[in-house]
Amino acid sequence: MIDVKDVIKTYQTGDTQLQVLKGVSFKIEDGEFAAIMGPSGSGKSTLMHILGALDTPSSGTYLLDNKDMSKLSDDDLADIRRDKIGFVFQSFNLLPRATVLRNVMLPLIYAGVSENERKKLAEAALTAAGLDKEHWHHLSNQLSGGQIQRCAIARALVNNPSLILADEPTGNLDSKTGEIVLDTFQKLNQEHGCTIILITHEHDVAEHARRVIFIKDGQIVSNTKSDVHPELVEGSRG
Amino acid sequence: MTIADILQETATAISANKARSGLTILGIVIGISSVIAMVAIGAGAQGSIEARIESIGSNLVMVQPGFQRGVGMQVSSGRGAARTLTQEDADSIMQEITLAKAVAPELSGRYQVTAKGKNTNTSVVGATAAYPEVRNIEIDQGSFITDQNLRSLSKVAVLGPTARDDLFGEDANPVGQVIRIKNIEFKVIGVTKAKGGSGFGSQDDMIFIPLISAQRFLAGDNYVSTISVQASDSESMSAIQQQITDLLLARHRISDSTLADFSILNQADIIATASSITDTFTLLLASIAAISLLVGGIGIMNMMLTTVTERTREIGLRKAIGAKRRDINSQFLTEAIALTFIGGLVGIILGWLIAWGMTYFGVLQTKVSLSSIFLAFGVAAAIGIIFGYYPARRAASLNPIEALRYE
Ligand SMILES: Nc1ncnc2c1ncn2[C@@H]1O[C@H](COP(=O)(O)OP(=O)(O)O)[C@@H](O)[C@H]1O
Ligand SMILES: [Mg+2]
Repeated sequence: MIDVKDVIKTYQTGDTQLQVLKGVSFKIEDGEFAAIMGPSGSGKSTLMHILGALDTPSSGTYLLDNKDMSKLSDDDLADIRRDKIGFVFQSFNLLPRATVLRNVMLPLIYAGVSENERKKLAEAALTAAGLDKEHWHHLSNQLSGGQIQRCAIARALVNNPSLILADEPTGNLDSKTGEIVLDTFQKLNQEHGCTIILITHEHDVAEHARRVIFIKDGQIVSNTKSDVHPELVEGSRG
Repeated sequence: MTIADILQETATAISANKARSGLTILGIVIGISSVIAMVAIGAGAQGSIEARIESIGSNLVMVQPGFQRGVGMQVSSGRGAARTLTQEDADSIMQEITLAKAVAPELSGRYQVTAKGKNTNTSVVGATAAYPEVRNIEIDQGSFITDQNLRSLSKVAVLGPTARDDLFGEDANPVGQVIRIKNIEFKVIGVTKAKGGSGFGSQDDMIFIPLISAQRFLAGDNYVSTISVQASDSESMSAIQQQITDLLLARHRISDSTLADFSILNQADIIATASSITDTFTLLLASIAAISLLVGGIGIMNMMLTTVTERTREIGLRKAIGAKRRDINSQFLTEAIALTFIGGLVGIILGWLIAWGMTYFGVLQTKVSLSSIFLAFGVAAAIGIIFGYYPARRAASLNPIEALRYE
């Protein structure tokens, strides 16, 4: 469970202090599919990094499964990221000059998975993310936007995380490809019970989610939960 | 992260960034190989110069006509040398300098020499029976000049191997044949062994005849051009030098030693002067090598530091997907070590090959020193590891987002 309380994040650039998150509080239950929306520059990515244990709040608390993330050491946070969290970055962040397969296997190296097992899991993740087999041995900087996106998703899935965070996963995709990517997340949510949080600008994307949190200027404007969404039923058919 | 994984990541990282790895390795190779080659050349030059000086004999004090001159003077003076040393001077040195183990006066000059239609212009040395012992010469074929030859004014000659090759062809046996020096016939009675080297101190391209015959038939007077005096040990050399100086000053009736009409070279002084020259030479080479090492080092540093931005992002990414600080540190340390060791190994082999090549192709007898290998490798490895590892270590202490946003 995610429990965010009065989280403030301040960046110091030179003499000026920039408060990006101004006291954000919300909860997300296990197995939820949530969307975070808001205009650009409103602090969505910053919030997402905190949720993903990549960064720590300047003040306030963030409890993940009842553990206070601000009290953990650097190495403990690395363990949490490795074991529980799959993160899809807004800017993908793949390892350049490395093949798709190697990129996807990378998290497993740090998880101490054997080499054979790594390959099997990576192939399964790539299949789940819908990347055609012919691209698996391509270098990551030779892929198209959609292929990169799926590679990044496969890398987020490969360690079988209970929480998947995706920062604008459909932002650079055409609507058809975007739809396929969203279906992938929905399947993960329904079949594996992963908690999914994604950031998006598009309202129709948000309609896949049961909870929509709207942020503006570092503050939560609305946090709405709908019980059963019609599109959810439709999406689960495939 | 297992050691196998670390090694695999290192191998992939090195081969995925061929330009970066290649340039880093190149810097290390240049630095290390130049130090090894230069120091080997310096040591070789020093060794070869000392060997040349020692090949002219051991514990030698050489008396030459003319005025006191520097050490760089030719040991065997040509025809142009002043005529101030006589056979009588040599005889009195032989009688009165009791500390001397052997005394070998000689008269050398260049003459046209012919044999069976072949001819050569070479150095003809009038020598005594003591010459081979004093000047470290061995006989290969036949025998050397004897006291009997001297007494009887024999027209006999002993050839140096180069002179033999020029006059009779390589490896021929000329003993018993006749050569003409200044149109006078001499019978060949022996050939000396090759000593190697050329120019300064080489005794291979020489023809030896009895000293008295040289004075009588070739020069037409009784002067000598060098008197080589061998001391029994190096300690008595300066005493001998002093005694000879006193003796000759008295004989020549010169009271002021600065006006002496002869000069005395002490082999120990020659070696000391030559060593100071080769030391300077070695220092020069070492400085060039040090500069190469520095340039190589800056190359390594440059490569490592210019890729910091990219590597910092990579470290941020690795941390984001679960790498601990320790994983990052060991991976980047292994990478830096691997690069420096590959470069170091290639550099050592290349430096050694250059030194070996110079020996093989007869340029110089080089000596690769172990300490130069350790020094060069140590410096390059330190630079490579510090600049490869330190930025990575710093980046590993950032949180993933800071590292990913690093510019
Ligand atoms: N590390 C940082 N240092 C300084 N300012 C930052 C940093 N990260 C984000 N910001 C600023 O915080 C604001 C919110 O950024 P972000 O969370 O990426 O917004 P969003 O994802 O909603 O577009 C932006 O103005 C951005 O420039
Ligand atoms: Mg963003």
